[in-house]
Amino acid sequence: MAVLLRVSNLQTYYFSFGGARVVKAVDNVSFMLNEGETIGLVGESGCGKTTTCLSIVGLLPSAARIVGGSIEFAGEELTHKRPREMRRIRGRQIAMILQDPMASLNPLFSIYTQVAEPAYYHQAIRGRPLRQRVQQLLRAVRIPSPAVRMREYPHQMSGGMRQRVVGAIAMAGGPKLIIADEPTTNLDVTIQAQYLEVLKDIQQESGVALIFVTHNLGIVAKMCDKMAVMYAGRIVEQGAVRDLFRSPKHPYTQALLGSMPKLGSKEPLYAIPGHPPNLAQLPSGCAFHPRCAHAMPQCVSQEPVDRRVGANWTARCWLLERQAQEEYVSAIA
Amino acid sequence: MSVPLLELQNLQKYFPVSTGVLLRRKIGWVKAVDGVDFGIWPGETLGLIGESGCGKTTTSKLILLQEAPTAGTIRFGGEDISGLQGRELMRYRREVQVVFQDPYSSLSPRMRVGDIVAEPLEIHTDLSREALHERVAEVLELVGLQPEVARLFPHEFSGGQRQRIAIARALATQTRLIVLDEPVSALDVSIRAQIMNQLEHLQQTLGVSYLFIGHDLATVAHISHRIAVMYLGQIVELADSLELCAKPLHPYTQALFNAALPAHPDERHAKLTITGEVPSALDPPSGCRFHPRCPRAMPGCAVEAPVRKEVAPQHMVACHLF
Amino acid sequence: MVDITEQTNAAAATVAQSEFTSVGRRWSSLARGLPVLPLAILVPFILIALFADFIAPYDPTEPIPGAKIFEPPFWMQGGSAHALLGTDFQSRDVLSRLIFGARVSLIVGVTGTLVAGSIGTALGILAGYLGRWVDQVIMRLTDAWLALPGLVFAIFLATMVGPSMWNIVIILGLVYWTRYARVIRGEVLSLREREFVKLAEIAGGSRTRVIFRHILPNVLNSTMVLASLTIGVVIIAEASLSFLGVGVPPPEPAWGSMLADGRSMLMVGDWWLTVFPGLGILLVVLATQLLGDWLRVRLDPQLRNM
Repeated sequence: MAVLLRVSNLQTYYFSFGGARVVKAVDNVSFMLNEGETIGLVGESGCGKTTTCLSIVGLLPSAARIVGGSIEFAGEELTHKRPREMRRIRGRQIAMILQDPMASLNPLFSIYTQVAEPAYYHQAIRGRPLRQRVQQLLRAVRIPSPAVRMREYPHQMSGGMRQRVVGAIAMAGGPKLIIADEPTTNLDVTIQAQYLEVLKDIQQESGVALIFVTHNLGIVAKMCDKMAVMYAGRIVEQGAVRDLFRSPKHPYTQALLGSMPKLGSKEPLYAIPGHPPNLAQLPSGCAFHPRCAHAMPQCVSQEPVDRRVGANWTARCWLLERQAQEEYVSAIA
Repeated sequence: MSVPLLELQNLQKYFPVSTGVLLRRKIGWVKAVDGVDFGIWPGETLGLIGESGCGKTTTSKLILLQEAPTAGTIRFGGEDISGLQGRELMRYRREVQVVFQDPYSSLSPRMRVGDIVAEPLEIHTDLSREALHERVAEVLELVGLQPEVARLFPHEFSGGQRQRIAIARALATQTRLIVLDEPVSALDVSIRAQIMNQLEHLQQTLGVSYLFIGHDLATVAHISHRIAVMYLGQIVELADSLELCAKPLHPYTQALFNAALPAHPDERHAKLTITGEVPSALDPPSGCRFHPRCPRAMPGCAVEAPVRKEVAPQHMVACHLF
Repeated sequence: MVDITEQTNAAAATVAQSEFTSVGRRWSSLARGLPVLPLAILVPFILIALFADFIAPYDPTEPIPGAKIFEPPFWMQGGSAHALLGTDFQSRDVLSRLIFGARVSLIVGVTGTLVAGSIGTALGILAGYLGRWVDQVIMRLTDAWLALPGLVFAIFLATMVGPSMWNIVIILGLVYWTRYARVIRGEVLSLREREFVKLAEIAGGSRTRVIFRHILPNVLNSTMVLASLTIGVVIIAEASLSFLGVGVPPPEPAWGSMLADGRSMLMVGDWWLTVFPGLGILLVVLATQLLGDWLRVRLDPQLRNM
């Protein structure tokens, strides 16, 4: 499997008040995605996951800038690209699915027009082949009677259907990577389940890679091969989904898993004290230390570094350093 | 068996749908709530789960007297609330409160937190300023906030803290029942557990009852003692929370469980057999409303609506399979 | 359970601490963003109007003893230092009349706006919140009122009740309330659906309580912005009325009547009689409009944050 996306030491900062205030929305983030893989970017509001995605597709707001690091996609460096070049990549090679389907769809244009647009521009298909392509795409997202429904308008469809149309639009350009930012937040439970099945089908058929941005660990458990847990603009742990769910190494990952209610169990939930930090006023050292049950003096003064804890599995926490040292000591004793 | 604190009997709410600009003929009814029965006992939490359009919001509006029922009764403490007026009505309003989903729009932006929490007290009691102050401090501490925060404005608080303030306000008077409408859905994951634990703690301390409305099965199941599953204005299953999770009987409930997200990547759910969208309440299917989407529908299901039966102790289902 | 409460308390304490300082920071950031230009114009005018009695060299209604009529300003030929900006057709000091005229304009502007704002906001809230027939009646009234041409209606009223400064204030209030009613009604319609209002209703709050505690404070922002924009309009309206002779009656100085009196002399080149009061109107109205714009921008995003 070839490496499709390699994000290395990405730093994206927001500047306001003429540069007087700097918010480090993404600080030293690195991860890798192979072709056909799905990675879940997990974190709560303000952790930087959306900013990371906007950095990748080059759609950062004017107040934000990539100040360091690199984003390598299909062998090309994206951080140096001009807006015109990024426009060619967006839609054709990288597509995005957003949270609110009503906002993603233009109420004035038919479904056909909107699904056809990426194929029209990026693959230069016209006429009858274009109509066939649109129907094929709608069928892939399991929209019944596509020939009829493509003449309809967004307001004539339900929320679940609209979100599927958004998926069809994303696939229309034939992308290698789709970034889905909380695509199921507004959907009902059964509709969400159907939609996720559709995404899985699309992936299997076309081999597209998927970045799933979410705060819902259940989605990650269902859809993703690997996951990266973000907190305060940094990745605190990343690795295979199975590994992290079975034995999470970082206290924040442990806390997140512990705070999820599990069906059929009345075990008390672990409530992480405090609240997610204000990125403009980050705590010193490890950003999680005020809320961490295992905080040590070192955590307050020094930011931890990435440590390998397994195959393709890293976490950054001083606790792990100490555990490794203890193991070493007991091993040589 | 003691009297339930809140009891709904055969509750119905139909909204008329009319068409035409000048003449406005009635063409039908949206049967938002169509024959809902359940009871909530003191100190217990009843979870109400269902997808959009199932009628759970309308049910809560009926309980909060924001809408009047088309038929059926709601009893509180044994008394019918539909005819309440004057002092009796005020007493109901004092004892039944609500916490909404969005912490950012449920607090008056231009009022101080202390005043927001004190408002129900001001409406219902004659307490002096000092007594109000004391009670506000007391209730803020109950929800895990420091009394000093009373002087601040809502915009200075995070979502989770605002929800605590909303809960504090709901508890200020001697509340006996709180309707919680998706109280944690809009909160960050790490905050949800805080609020859930806080709610449980308050229930244990104060003996207040909750009607917990939600769409996330795991969350609702965790905090509720019993769960009622709603579909298109009707309750299709009602059982003890653990019992429901272990043995969901109604096909819709089973579909909800299958559709629920796993808690672990190795967790396998049965194949999703439900298809299509939720039909509109304007023209619900005949007979059992779930039959068009039901994987186990039988010929009789389209003809006759099933009656609720107690299939196991304290476990009711409305389905022809039983 | 206690553990969690303690930890939350500790967290809340740190939050409360930082929030105390953030409140202070909020005020100072407000001060940093103050609009310099409008205030630089308005503050001196307000001070002048307040302290007119002490600043003005002469009584504005009495001729300057020993002065000629139509004396030009001191820097021109024929002018002198005892009448810095010249004299008018009754040898009254133009400067003093300007100063006292500022007082009239500002008083009429502010109080006229207050009257219009109070009537309009009250009717807007009643229409928006009470709805149904109250809404219909008030809206039809607003529509009808809007159909009346403002200034003409003001002139009509002024001639009916006779000119005096306080009559003018009320008249202008009656002319300009409709713009408030419409806007405020719209806001109340959306406010009414907000959850915190519904909560107050569910808690058993009376309509009076909901209106005064929840609706009114939240429309005050819009009212203030509208007010700052209306002041300019009212000042011009007053000036127009005075210009037409139905405003503040002579010998009370008003910028509008000064314009009227000095109009004919423009032909012979005695420009100071009209240019100075004209400048006064221009500057004050410009300043209030700029201030209103600034307020509108300032208050809106904050409203959203709240």
